[in-house]
Amino acid sequence: MSMAEPVGGLFGDFGGRFVPEPLVPACEELEAAFRSAWADDGFRGELNQLLADYAGRPSPLTECHRLSEEMGLRLLLKREDLNHTGSHKINNVLGQALLAVRMGKTRLVAETGAGQHGVATATAAALLGLECVVYMGEVDMERQALNVFRMQLLGAEVRSAVSGSRTLKDAINEAMRDWVATVENSHYCLGSVMGPHPYPWMVRELHRVIGDEAREQCNQLLGSDPDVVTACVGGGSNAIGIFSGFVDGDAALVGVEPAGGAAIGRGVPGVVHGSKSFLMQDEHGQVLEAESISAGLDYPGIGPEHSHLAAIGRARYESVTDDEVVAAFELLSRTEGIIPALEPAHALAWVSRARQELAGHSVLLNLSGRGDKDVDQMMARLVAETSNNGDDGRAG
Amino acid sequence: MEAALRARRSQGGKALVPYLTGGLGDWQTALAAAADAGADAIEVGIPFSDPVIDGPVIQEANDRALADGVTPLSVLDALGRLDIGVPLAVMTYYNIAFRFGLERFASVLAERGVAAAILPDLPLEEAGPWAEAADAAGVETVLLAAPTASDERLARICARTRGFVYGVGLLGVTGVRDELASSAVVMAGRLKQMTDVPVLVGVGVGTPEQAEEVCRVADGAVVGSAVVRQMLDGGPAAVSELVGRFRQALD
Ligand SMILES: Cc1ncc(COP(=O)(O)O)c(C=O)c1O
Repeated sequence: MSMAEPVGGLFGDFGGRFVPEPLVPACEELEAAFRSAWADDGFRGELNQLLADYAGRPSPLTECHRLSEEMGLRLLLKREDLNHTGSHKINNVLGQALLAVRMGKTRLVAETGAGQHGVATATAAALLGLECVVYMGEVDMERQALNVFRMQLLGAEVRSAVSGSRTLKDAINEAMRDWVATVENSHYCLGSVMGPHPYPWMVRELHRVIGDEAREQCNQLLGSDPDVVTACVGGGSNAIGIFSGFVDGDAALVGVEPAGGAAIGRGVPGVVHGSKSFLMQDEHGQVLEAESISAGLDYPGIGPEHSHLAAIGRARYESVTDDEVVAAFELLSRTEGIIPALEPAHALAWVSRARQELAGHSVLLNLSGRGDKDVDQMMARLVAETSNNGDDGRAG
Repeated sequence: MEAALRARRSQGGKALVPYLTGGLGDWQTALAAAADAGADAIEVGIPFSDPVIDGPVIQEANDRALADGVTPLSVLDALGRLDIGVPLAVMTYYNIAFRFGLERFASVLAERGVAAAILPDLPLEEAGPWAEAADAAGVETVLLAAPTASDERLARICARTRGFVYGVGLLGVTGVRDELASSAVVMAGRLKQMTDVPVLVGVGVGTPEQAEEVCRVADGAVVGSAVVRQMLDGGPAAVSELVGRFRQALD
């Protein structure tokens, strides 16, 4: 199978465009603008130039020798953590910001969870001279204070979302409310493969560079595709990006969700934020609050194409606990000298748990971001654990 | 719903449709009070966790009702027991109906005597399965029309809407503004030119004066946040007082 443009915004039974009527013309305009830009060599050339000279693409592929030996498999990392701003998010944002300029918009609106998408959007806005407003849940602003300051340094205004669970889903609500009122001059720079058509398709196309590069790099290194391709899944953009390079081959595709935000693991089909997809919700249709150690994965839904890939059995979705994630975070730091973001540490946590099933196989993991933003949080947690253990020791 | 609104129009009157959040405080008393104070029909919100088209006032009402444990069925069951003499529409988000099951939701509405449904995140292109289920159950599907739509799009919306066409008065979420946006009157005018279906304008109609102004062109007004604010601050008596003032302004 290959990943074509979804007809009518549908990936099988999932996707669509469930937005308030005032936004329908904006979505149609965006769809047409992206289709024409994506077919335009001039636009593609301009974007590729920025991806190379500004973001630092292509990102390298790193073989993990020590960790591979420890786990009994062959682990390769696609190093999106080395991109400018520290994660894969920049790929999408540079594309959407260029598109916004092409559409004559002067203002970007974005939501952010961990702050990585907000930082990337603020960065692109600074680069292209656009106004930028980022919505962030009040809870996340505390967890990721450093990224709030970064966005402000970059000239963006950060507004707190104070309703509901005060995390990513509520930041999306606020961003959509802003967009309804400002649609004439603003572009909603959505940060994952979710939302109404054309976002899931457009954001995937902007991230497929990850998978395309990785396939070529794997073929050079291994002489073939890897046996397994894995990535963490919040909304699912870094996962779709790397999957899209391999979906027409034989590699097993594995998305990893946090146990507290497992849309496919614990959800049923529903409609929120513009598309139909698996969704954590109660029996009455109220959306549940996701809860995990990583702000970037605290989302009760998942992009519609992942729901489709799960439904047809082309990809499978696993979930991992916070404790497994912390162990993986430490493991990669210690064995390879790479401090990962907590989000991709989810994917590593699954690899670590599944090492017997994966023994002897080649595993490509999308290292979607670096851990700088999480060091504070991990320090607090790990230092607390150490002193607790110390107390226990004395008590015993 | 449509019959009642057409009757009001043919008598030379303007339709007044207040909105109240189901499950908020003594909401059933407030519905009866609004009907007594001159509402032609009432829109009842079924609270949803992620109300993206609603501003702070309705969000607050929504959150309070959810915290009190209301469910879609508890609201609908209460409506079924209510007899206040005016047609009722429910306003909720699509996931509530989807989770319920579209056919089951439509038939429960019909059984509870609800005339119409407004699902603001279900635009024309996605409305098919729901509208079919609603048609079959005899429930009217009210569609929104917005200032951003082309004439061609407005015509398609007017052709598919039932009950009335809900003209969105401004680009923005529900809430009270100091002045009526000029887009509200323009919206009403564009819709009136292309359809015989009753044209009601809502979103940004917050005072009796604003309602009167938009109803020089529109067939009626939907008043949401202003009414919910009264309910939050003063309960059913305050709702009755405000609805009465809107009635006077429109008559
Ligand atoms: C490093 C990193 N990876 C992954 C994600 C999750 O997003 P997605 O599932 O769209 O890749 C985030 C979100 O903030 C992130 O910062």
